[in-house]
Order: sequence, then C-alpha cells, then structure tokens
Amino acid sequence: MAMQAAEIERMIKEALPDAQIKIDDLRGDGDHYAAHVVSAAFAGKSRVQQHQMIYKALKGRMGGELHALMLTTSAP
Amino acid sequence: MTATNPVFDRIKQDVSANKVMLYMKGSPVFPQCGFSAAVVQVLSHMGVKFKSADVLQDSQLRDGIKAFSEWPTIPQLYVDGEFVGGCDIVREMFQTGELGQLFKTKGVAFNEQARPE
Repeated sequence: MAMQAAEIERMIKEALPDAQIKIDDLRGDGDHYAAHVVSAAFAGKSRVQQHQMIYKALKGRMGGELHALMLTTSAP
Repeated sequence: MTATNPVFDRIKQDVSANKVMLYMKGSPVFPQCGFSAAVVQVLSHMGVKFKSADVLQDSQLRDGIKAFSEWPTIPQLYVDGEFVGGCDIVREMFQTGELGQLFKTKGVAFNEQARPE
C-alpha cells in the first residue's frame, strides 16, 4: 500500500503547523519518499527526537504502509 | 503491555554488552534491505567492529526493538547502550563527522582516516 505525498504533508502539518515541508517521490512509485521538514518545534531537540515527532505525526503508518521515507529535519 | 515486554530485557542486555549493536534485516554479509545494507556499509567503511541481530529471524525482536526505541523502522543502531538512529541519521552523522566524534567519545575503535566518499 502506498501513500500520497500530499497525505504525508497533510499529516505532518497537522502535528507541526509551522512546518515547511518538501517531499520528493524518489522513484515515482508512491512508495519511496524523501521528506525535508523544517519546524521551530525541532529547536533544541536531538535528531532522533525530531524524527520521532514526524513518526508520531504519521500515526503509525511509517514502517507499515509507508515503507520508505528518508527524513531530514532541522530548525529554521 | 510494553513495560513488561520480555524482549526488552534481552535488548537491554545486548545493547549494554556490545558497544556497537546493530538491529538489521539480514546479516552484515547478506543484508536483506537497502537501508540495513547502507548502515553496514558505513560501519565497515569506518572499520568499526559491531554485533548485529537479524530481526527477520525473530518476529518478537522485530516488534520489540521498535517499541523499545519508539522507532518504527529497521535498521537501528545502538552505541554504548544509546539509540543513535536509523539509516538516515547514521548516514547524515557519518557525512558531518558526528559519528566519528561519537565513536571517539564512547571509546569505540575506528579508522579515523575513513571519510565520506
């Protein structure tokens, strides 16, 4: 099962409203994405914590229907 | 009940007994997933000795490690009992030199000449 890029973006925005999000569909198959997320909420957090915030925003779909999402995160 | 998950004891034991512990799909010689392969590649390139566990051989461990680290994907790298991250973070830390710095701080032997290609 694949997920649309817009859906990924929507779920991240819901949890992190200020986030600037750039999503690339790496293979054009709707299954391998790279997301770059910039949010003030990441300030002072470790990379692991930042990624965990994204995974939480995706509500368990990462690792399930969303197989591959390369993440880079940073604070503005 | 995650708090009483029996796999957690085994994970705690493994990550404290092995300075560098990698949970992956497949083995370092035959990785079964590109992301696991990428982490093995970084560690091998840096000449780091590590212990690995194949989650594909053990579904309890596969679910257990995800709950333990609160991380939904495999691979997962632990250094000195601390969760470092998955493939993206390990790669990024290698590129920036932070991984080498971490190994140095934790007293893990590695080839300091190893640089990102």
